[in-house]
Amino acid sequence: MPAKKLNLRKRYELLTRGMGWETTHQDMDDVFPYDSFEGIKITDWDKWEDPFRLTMDAYWKFQAEKEKKLYAVIDSFAQNNGQTNLSDASYLSAIKLFITGVTPLEYGAHRGFAHLGRHFRGDGARIACQMQAIDELRHAQTQIHTISHYNKHFNGLHDPFHQFDRVWYLSVPKSFVEDAMTAGPFEFITSISFAFEYVLTNMLFVPFMSGAAYNGDMATVTFGFSAQSDESRHMTLGLEIIKFMLEQHEDNLPIVQRWMDKHFWRAYRLLALVSAMQDYMLTNSPLSWKEAWDVYFVENGGALFEDLSRYGLKMPKYHELATAEAEHLSHQVWSVFCLLGNATGFHTFLPTEEKMDWLSEKYPNTFDKYYRPRFEHWAKQKEEGTFQYLAALPQLCQVCQIPMIFTEVETDPMQLSFRVSEYKGDKYNTCSDGCKDIFDHEPEKYAQAWLPVHQIFQGNSGGATIPEVLEWYKFAPEDGGDYIGSQDHARWQEWKGADDKVKQA
Amino acid sequence: MAVIAKDGYVDIVRDKVENFHGNQLVHVSWDDHLLFSAAQAFPLPPEMPFQALVSEVMASVFSYHEDYEKIDWAAVKWMLDGENFTPEMDKSLKDNGVCHKSLIRFKTPGLMGINGTRL
Repeated sequence: MPAKKLNLRKRYELLTRGMGWETTHQDMDDVFPYDSFEGIKITDWDKWEDPFRLTMDAYWKFQAEKEKKLYAVIDSFAQNNGQTNLSDASYLSAIKLFITGVTPLEYGAHRGFAHLGRHFRGDGARIACQMQAIDELRHAQTQIHTISHYNKHFNGLHDPFHQFDRVWYLSVPKSFVEDAMTAGPFEFITSISFAFEYVLTNMLFVPFMSGAAYNGDMATVTFGFSAQSDESRHMTLGLEIIKFMLEQHEDNLPIVQRWMDKHFWRAYRLLALVSAMQDYMLTNSPLSWKEAWDVYFVENGGALFEDLSRYGLKMPKYHELATAEAEHLSHQVWSVFCLLGNATGFHTFLPTEEKMDWLSEKYPNTFDKYYRPRFEHWAKQKEEGTFQYLAALPQLCQVCQIPMIFTEVETDPMQLSFRVSEYKGDKYNTCSDGCKDIFDHEPEKYAQAWLPVHQIFQGNSGGATIPEVLEWYKFAPEDGGDYIGSQDHARWQEWKGADDKVKQA
Repeated sequence: MAVIAKDGYVDIVRDKVENFHGNQLVHVSWDDHLLFSAAQAFPLPPEMPFQALVSEVMASVFSYHEDYEKIDWAAVKWMLDGENFTPEMDKSLKDNGVCHKSLIRFKTPGLMGINGTRL
């Protein structure tokens, strides 16, 4: 009689737990040197429960199937000149920000999880991290393959990885992922899997993927779908690691809470770039940043932390401020991009009348009062030919590295928010209490921050003039500036007939 | 608090004033004129007279604003690193207490930005 087929759980256990053993020739602490110095106490790694119970052989099969479908769609997109079905070529600014800002993040996450996939003592956790390492690499690759099609037709997509290490606004995602990668493994996984992927990933992927669908970008929609089932597995890993740490030892709670507070704020500040993309760069926006924040953070996130309160975990510090900022964030970020549009690798453009009406409707408390006047002023200046880009470089936050554009939204939304700390006799400027707390906790880490503006002034960024710095970024002169009158715009007009403005449906 | 690291932690201060080739970094922000979006950063010699900061450096950026020519400089309210202060125009930045990565804010009474919008 043939052996009875193993059930999924048994099979999973054999194919994962069976891979590990207690070492005898070498001390376990020497074999796994990184998983204890952070102070997280694990008493029994066998209590690790991977809710997906995916084995490597099943994993390969699923992923191969998805790849086959994805590449079939990408091929047909290319053959049918899918790029001509976009809502407008100005939409591609969002894709340019994505490939330069997000794709290298995926690669950074791949490196981080590959490290964890070797260095966690528990074999169940190691296997889960190895799969996620492969997922992240796959995401980076499929994004590059998908977007490479647009690179044949449009500017600004030619060298994302070179730019990620140098460009002023790309230091924001770079510093975020490198902050996590230079921490210990438990902090890394709390940052990426929980704070980013569990709590906030919907703020990136849902609006971005529905945004792509709303704007005729079927190529991006396809890699989004291909990544989605991985993302839900990653989210589950994020939740599992938090519960696991909290169940293993009560001493872990304050450490996890502090990491949660820190990485929530780091991830949220990073998403400020996405808020601008969602409200301003998408020709047609499926929902506003504020609406997305209310659904995915206030409602869903609130329910999640309600559930986690039985472990003693509280909502991340300064979440109320993030919610108060939701009515201001995208407008402040897009304003500074418009002011520095001569130094971006994507095109900037002022919101059209229709877009401004949409923004008034979505932001009834803030848009007309605080933000419409500046866009109307700049529009008038552009018409008169008196508009100028900023003649200097902005002050940067030492932690999130975003220009210090954020304001005191709870007391005076037109007053910039300034915070400062002292460390070893030097001043360190931060944009918010959230970033200041992060600095004050580990000043020796953030004193090392590679701040693009400071690097330019130190002479480390190709030269002292904007053209020299842009050349060092590998930005071509045609990559930035106004969309109207750009090569991208001219090409779009060739395909679609004359349109002399940014479209807004 | 301090970083928790496995081994000795390499402690580099990336923005030491010595790295700025004789300059120090100075941030300047014009209150109630948010059109500029953020404070602006300038690498300046500490020996620069405060007057030169005002009439050369600040003018190079802020004169673009229509309020700039209406500024009554005698009435301007200054803040240095969060404290009210009165700069001595003929003295250097250093002697005025402006140090590396300081923030200078100035308020121009009566001028509230384009059409009073604080822009």
